[in-house]
Amino acid sequence: MFFAFLIEQLLNGLQFGVMLFLMAAGLTLVFGVMGLINLAHGSLFMLGAFFCSWIAEASGSFWIGLGGGFLAAAAAGALIEFAVIRRLYDRDHLDQVLATFALILIFSEVTRWVFGDQPLYLDIPPLLSGFLPLPGGGGYPVYRLAIIVVGLLTAYGLYLLITRTRLGMRIRAGESDREMIGALGVDIRKLYTAVFALGAALAGLAGGMVGALQSVQVGMGEPVLILAFVVIVIGGIGSVKGALVASILVGLTDTLGRIFLPQAFALVLPVAEATAAGSALASVAIYLLMAAILAWRPKGLFPVNA
Amino acid sequence: MIERSRETLVNAVLAGLLLAAPLVATLLDEPFYVSLASRVAILALAGVGLNLALGYGGMVSFGHAAFFGLGGYVAGIAAFHAFEGSAFLSWPVTIGGSDQLLVVWLVAALVTALAALAIGAISLRTSGVYFIMITLAFAQMIYYLAISIPAYGGEDGLAIYLRNQLPLADSSDPLVFFFLCYGLLLLALFLSARIVAAPFGMALQCARMNEVRLATSGIAPYPIKLTAFVISAVITGIAGALFADLNGFVGPSMLSWHRSGEIMIFVILGGVGRLFGPLAGAALFILLESFIGGFTDRWQLLLGAVLLGVVLFARGGVMGLLAGRARHD
Repeated sequence: MFFAFLIEQLLNGLQFGVMLFLMAAGLTLVFGVMGLINLAHGSLFMLGAFFCSWIAEASGSFWIGLGGGFLAAAAAGALIEFAVIRRLYDRDHLDQVLATFALILIFSEVTRWVFGDQPLYLDIPPLLSGFLPLPGGGGYPVYRLAIIVVGLLTAYGLYLLITRTRLGMRIRAGESDREMIGALGVDIRKLYTAVFALGAALAGLAGGMVGALQSVQVGMGEPVLILAFVVIVIGGIGSVKGALVASILVGLTDTLGRIFLPQAFALVLPVAEATAAGSALASVAIYLLMAAILAWRPKGLFPVNA
Repeated sequence: MIERSRETLVNAVLAGLLLAAPLVATLLDEPFYVSLASRVAILALAGVGLNLALGYGGMVSFGHAAFFGLGGYVAGIAAFHAFEGSAFLSWPVTIGGSDQLLVVWLVAALVTALAALAIGAISLRTSGVYFIMITLAFAQMIYYLAISIPAYGGEDGLAIYLRNQLPLADSSDPLVFFFLCYGLLLLALFLSARIVAAPFGMALQCARMNEVRLATSGIAPYPIKLTAFVISAVITGIAGALFADLNGFVGPSMLSWHRSGEIMIFVILGGVGRLFGPLAGAALFILLESFIGGFTDRWQLLLGAVLLGVVLFARGGVMGLLAGRARHD
């Protein structure tokens, strides 16, 4: 019984981690290639979720909704890159933080305007609504397993894209020397727009998938954004591999910490105090992890020379 | 020198306007605007603190809400125990609550200094984006800690039923409280000006511009930056204590990352590394918030647009517009 419970929690942690990876991959790519901190990445996640549930409701199909969320986030990403973000590449991080913070305010308010104050809900598609039996009893939701599979496939796809394709070659070249790649005749502006839209689309995909697990509302992007930042900082900013490792690390630490820390404290403390102390420690566990890793390796686990 | 005297003039006008506003409001019997002016003074004070780290020291702290909130919680917890007559600590020594502002400020300064020493000592090992993110992470830690302590209100926060008091003056009078905030703001501005002009401040600014050069001239950058970080946190912490007393309430929202972003906005909107920048920024922000918020719920949309405009087109913020570019940049 305990074994099945452990597997369930491990899978939950993995699912959370994979979802974080979809967010973190875009952030870390954008930082690695363009040197830009994008706080508005959480808004793209939110947009993906809103468009996914809105289109799914209108069309009656989760899958069309998911595709719509993906495309809408990519389009929004390309739009803000064109209108705002490309003016920020030469600025210092301070300006980037402020401008993208302003974008968060704008996105949140416009979303509230268009979709209203009430949260939207998205149903899990019938195809994925079952449970898969676990060894040792109990079952695990197929939908969460599907998120894990999609996330891992995306990670593999990104790996292929970056190492095996022409676009990936340009992305890597852009990371190491942006003037040189421009001098070699690559339209750097289009490349940047493409990278930004790619990151936005991944965030939108994550938002759409998560939309079926939680309510879709304004402000849902910010907690995930902060966690995604923790992930890319732990992994080493600019490193997609680091983002994958760190997101799974963060996902597992957070999920397992919330379950097992209160129980661990209960061994030495009365139950009520153990729950309070355990959940307090669990909610800061990932930040402790990050502080410890940065104190040990100030450039993250997989530093990128930048 | 022309630029400089123009900035001095702008500074004097800003300080004068902030002083005049509540006096006029009192004459017109509009107490709301007195507390609005106190709010501006307090948030400007928080910004003056951050400006020391961010503007002069180049340390982009995205976690100053931690210090703001800690200061607030000191005021709240002290008042809570004083009101209840219970003890904060009963062992090994008995520490009770207090409803004396001077005591609260002293404790708030101590607590934030200790917190900043610990956070800064670790965070300053990193730089650039990593510094931004690690300060954010520490602030989030304190935020979640505050939420998970039910004794002090947890998610709901803590009400301060009676404003903490001063020995001679009546701090519950809005105008007196404003003068307190205003006085502390001027003190912090004076202190900042002195720090920046002193050899320590020169070293600090050099650490921002070129750390290697500072190290080569025989001054280790790390202690300089850490000291400045602690001073900056203490100023912001005092502002937090005042803010809690002004609102009669302290809650986790004082520690949230939105608050860190807001304090940062005051500094950037006003003009980074300009002495009166935070005052200009906080005043503009509060005015936008309360006046646009008065006739539309969508004021955040407008605020976002204004911020975006300032970043993209008005580099140097309000002070850059009013008083010209900073002399050294």
